[in-house]
Amino acid sequence: MERFSLDAAHLLAGGMVLVSFMMLYQNRILGLLNVFAAHAVVLSLSVAWQAYVQSAPHLFVTAAIALILKAIIIPVALHHMVLRLGVHRDIETVGGIGPTMLMGIGLVALSMVVMLPAAAEADPIAREDLALALSVILLGLLMMVTRQNAISQIVGFMSLENGLVLAATGARGMPLVVEISVAFSVLVAFIVIGVFLFRIRERFDTIDTQALDDFREGRE
Amino acid sequence: MPIAAALLSVAGLAGVAVVATILAAQRRAWATPIVYGASLILAAVLLMCGLLALLGGSAFQGAVHLPVGLPWIGAYFALDPLSAAFLVIVDFGAVVASFYAIGYGAHEEEPGRVLPFFPAFLAGMNLVVLSADAFGFLVAWEFMSLSSWALVMAHHHDAENRRAGYVYLLMASFGTLMLLLAFGLLAGPDGDYAFSAIRTAHHVPWLAGLVLVLMLLGAGSKAGLVPLHVWLPLAHPAAPSHVSALMSGVMTKVAVYGFIRVVFDLAGEPAWWWAVLVLILGSGSAVLGVLHAVLQRDLKRLLAYSTVENVGIIFIGLGLGLAFKTNDMTGAAALAVAASIFHAFNHSLFKSLLFFGAGNVLTGTGERDIEKLGGLVHRMPETAYLFLGGCLAISALPPLNGFVSEWLILQAILLSPDVPQWALRFLIPASGAMLALAAALAAACFVRAFGITFLSRPRSPAAETAHEVSRWQIRAMYALLIICLIAGVFPGPFLDALSPVSQMLVSGAMPKQPILPHLSIIPISESRSSYSGFLVFFFILMASWAAIRVIHNFASRAVRRAPPWDCGFPDASPVTQYTADSFAQPIRRVFGPIAFRAKVSQTMPPPGDMAPARLTLSLRDLVWEFIYEPLESVVLYAAERLNILQFLTIRSYLSLVFAALVLLLVLVATWA
Repeated sequence: MERFSLDAAHLLAGGMVLVSFMMLYQNRILGLLNVFAAHAVVLSLSVAWQAYVQSAPHLFVTAAIALILKAIIIPVALHHMVLRLGVHRDIETVGGIGPTMLMGIGLVALSMVVMLPAAAEADPIAREDLALALSVILLGLLMMVTRQNAISQIVGFMSLENGLVLAATGARGMPLVVEISVAFSVLVAFIVIGVFLFRIRERFDTIDTQALDDFREGRE
Repeated sequence: MPIAAALLSVAGLAGVAVVATILAAQRRAWATPIVYGASLILAAVLLMCGLLALLGGSAFQGAVHLPVGLPWIGAYFALDPLSAAFLVIVDFGAVVASFYAIGYGAHEEEPGRVLPFFPAFLAGMNLVVLSADAFGFLVAWEFMSLSSWALVMAHHHDAENRRAGYVYLLMASFGTLMLLLAFGLLAGPDGDYAFSAIRTAHHVPWLAGLVLVLMLLGAGSKAGLVPLHVWLPLAHPAAPSHVSALMSGVMTKVAVYGFIRVVFDLAGEPAWWWAVLVLILGSGSAVLGVLHAVLQRDLKRLLAYSTVENVGIIFIGLGLGLAFKTNDMTGAAALAVAASIFHAFNHSLFKSLLFFGAGNVLTGTGERDIEKLGGLVHRMPETAYLFLGGCLAISALPPLNGFVSEWLILQAILLSPDVPQWALRFLIPASGAMLALAAALAAACFVRAFGITFLSRPRSPAAETAHEVSRWQIRAMYALLIICLIAGVFPGPFLDALSPVSQMLVSGAMPKQPILPHLSIIPISESRSSYSGFLVFFFILMASWAAIRVIHNFASRAVRRAPPWDCGFPDASPVTQYTADSFAQPIRRVFGPIAFRAKVSQTMPPPGDMAPARLTLSLRDLVWEFIYEPLESVVLYAAERLNILQFLTIRSYLSLVFAALVLLLVLVATWA
């Protein structure tokens, strides 16, 4: 049982890394949103499994928040937004899928190399969860850096946040208050960003952030 | 336990600072004597603690560990002979300055800008001396720097003071950074910052050398070693005079304490080249400081430059101590270190006395420019004679205390032939020559300061209408002068008191000073050299008495008062008198071309033109020109280049963050 619970935890956390990779090469926006929803579903499964294994009931709340907020509400809302913005047919120019994937692999290797010795004394579940969570965080950051579309950047940010939640559950979870407030701050960030997206779109007829920079450089 | 009493008094000083803030906010007129009186009492308690710990032996020393400061680590405090000696120096200055300030502070226009920071400054200095771990030391050091900065900025409506404050703040943070790095190296990878742990740890020689360099930069910038002295002549005059006295007389000694604590006590065995570095910096500071002092017209700035000189002398002594310590010449090392600390004590006495004198002049006339003073000996006679006493002491004239400590340092220099390293054998006599030169120039400098300020005829209406100041100010100066005289005439007990310090630092001590015969002091052995301040004093008294008797008995009694011969110029204006610039001119002629790139140019109008001929003198400060201005331009250049970082796109910022994160992770991965 001990062995099995460990393997299952690794499977789920590794699944998150895998889904992160899927996000990295997904260049269609609607597809990206679906993958992000899948990311959140895997997260909530992983957290729920941790809750069961560690018999920590408050982690079930975390899992529920992840499922409802990140797997349903946010993707659905983003979906509507994309449709209203009319960018759902856009294909994003992601510079070189191959190099990006290679970089992603490098990042996962790096986080393994860093975290496994650093957390050597922690119990095995926490240790490898931490390593995988760091990979998810780094992949989210990589996505924010490589994408130009504002919506893809938001998705990158949200997946980064998923990585943080995964890291926290490995270490017996954050206090519930922190968990809930983080969830709500993500929601608020989402709303603010959504409002901004429409404003940007109104002004520049695009949500490509490159246009913002072009405009600012033109002003100087 | 003196240490407990000392810490309670420091806490009391901090409390006084809080109360002073409240009182100053309510603009109570009686706040000034209350705050200074309370500071005086608490500083006196601290002085007692220091004296007990220094004279009473190990029964009165000790260390405590309090659960304040960093969580789980706490703060260590200790009172050992070294900190006790400097506690005495700090708190004697503090007691006298508080006493003086009861009178001086009454003239303060904005007491609210001085009162809260004065006790805080005292608390900071005491805490530096009492701290026994690096964290507490640095926090106290920074507290001392910041509270003194606030005091420098007390009169911030003056643009010059604002600039002084800015330069001071920059140099102080630079110094603290260097100290931080030095302690980081000392604590090593284990990171135990308690002094007791650092002392027993093994230090790699080249790292210890690096610590010395960092301490010279860090403590040296606070003490005023050339070329890190630039803030000192700006900031010390800007503060109110009792604070100037503390900053010049006492805070520089706290910096010397920090240097001694780390280099002699914590950093392990010195290498011989340490002495080379310290000696060169010390002799350079001594000569350049006094050369600048000779040329100053601002009385307080002159005193500040003279502080640079005296700090140089103290560091020459410390360099000698290092040179002898590394060669296991314990007796000589003990002499050099004791002489240094004794000079630190003496300097704190007469520099406070002189700054108080300058403060009296400022109160009485509102002038700091000595070219606008003159004739004050008639209007402020007590200030004049007390200032003269301070001038005699700082010019190292027997029988006052300045002579004793400088003579002891010269005695240590005479032991240099026994040092095996050739570099030191050449360098030590050279720094002895520099010390002698500095002493002679200091005498010239103070003849000029006293003569132009107090003698001759008043050069401005302000000097004509000068008035004597309050009794508090005068009495504080009397106290200092009397201690100067006692330390000069009976130096033996003072040196005996310092022997536990040298025992602790260089594991050797000077011979016990005999009470008899003649109350003389013996630096090494009686056959070699000895000095009796008492005999000199007695001889001077007798000779003066005899001269007075002879003159009064044999001279003509027919005294006639008549106007002096006026060279054919009746009613000469005071501007025809000898000026400060004319007094300094010969020295400027000799040293100016090298030290200041002095250039004199004349403009003669063509014949028939009625325009006046002009003599223009240009002096350049080479330290600013060759060190600080290039540094400034490098910083500005780098700032301009890095300016583009302010206008990057969001994605570039994210990429930078990402790259930094990955880089750090790679570092962690390769390190482990």
